[in-house]
Amino acid sequence: MTQQDTALGLGIGDEIPTFVRENTGLHHFNRYAAVNEEFVPIHMDDEAGREAGYPRAFGMGNLSTAYLLNALRGWIGEEGTVRALACQFRQPNLKDTTVVARGRITTIRAEGDETVAELEVWTEDGDGNQLAPGTATVALVTPA
Amino acid sequence: MCHLDREDNDVATTLISDEMRGAVGTEMDRSVSFAISESDIRKWALAVYHPEPPPQLFWDAEYAATTRYGGIVAPEDFNPFAWMTPSGPRPAGEDMASPGSLEALLGIEPPPVRSGLNGGTESEFGVRMRPGDAITSVTRLHSYTEREGRLGTMLFTITESNWTNQGDELVKVVRQTSIRY
Repeated sequence: MTQQDTALGLGIGDEIPTFVRENTGLHHFNRYAAVNEEFVPIHMDDEAGREAGYPRAFGMGNLSTAYLLNALRGWIGEEGTVRALACQFRQPNLKDTTVVARGRITTIRAEGDETVAELEVWTEDGDGNQLAPGTATVALVTPA
Repeated sequence: MCHLDREDNDVATTLISDEMRGAVGTEMDRSVSFAISESDIRKWALAVYHPEPPPQLFWDAEYAATTRYGGIVAPEDFNPFAWMTPSGPRPAGEDMASPGSLEALLGIEPPPVRSGLNGGTESEFGVRMRPGDAITSVTRLHSYTEREGRLGTMLFTITESNWTNQGDELVKVVRQTSIRY
């Protein structure tokens, strides 16, 4: 493990650019339901959300995963590779909530002609409350 | 990777029957997708990037040909099994979103739960999915654990799916945790 990758200018503790979806709601959830066959009442109907123990309808966990991947892709670019992603859906992405996907580098190592970074990743709401924490591994091409 | 496995805690009433314990390790599903189309990938990318346009790599074949991939690839999270497979549509009335659908696949009695949530996922990615690929998914029941939670006894079920393409290349391994109560 190194503290810094000088070729790419990465350092432990660096945060990656965020991926933000403001005011998430049925226009996001329904599109995802349509492609992932996920027309589940808790994601469509406030009453179903309340019956499940939450204040209203909420978004799919897998859509939060997609937002984390979008953040990682946006950072590493098309030359980079997402090797792994894990996250736990601790709090729901309630309807009308802004979701911010974030990541912070925890380790960096050289691996052949690539630089491999491990990150803690998470989604949070607009007030900074963590929703889906996890980890990720990405590989970036090391400049010659 | 996150640790999704949880230790068994004392619970007032177990939701895990002997039949369920006996099913751990069982292959619960083996599916082969239709060949992935560019349109499938395009729609997926539009959905997960909405309302912004998705990256060109996911929809512009001419542009994608200039990238390291040499053509369009799917986002890592793309699901080619949505809606149906060449096995045909699901029988009328079958509800894959019902809390007991997992045990239905195993042919065993489901636990007495009324709701289910997606608890989390762990994915390790291999080769990218591309237009024309037919993906095979083999899913096994990995574990059942339970603990007391805010809503009573919570049942954590982990399944593990291995996806390969038609060339037998590993596409991804996904461990999915469902939480039922």
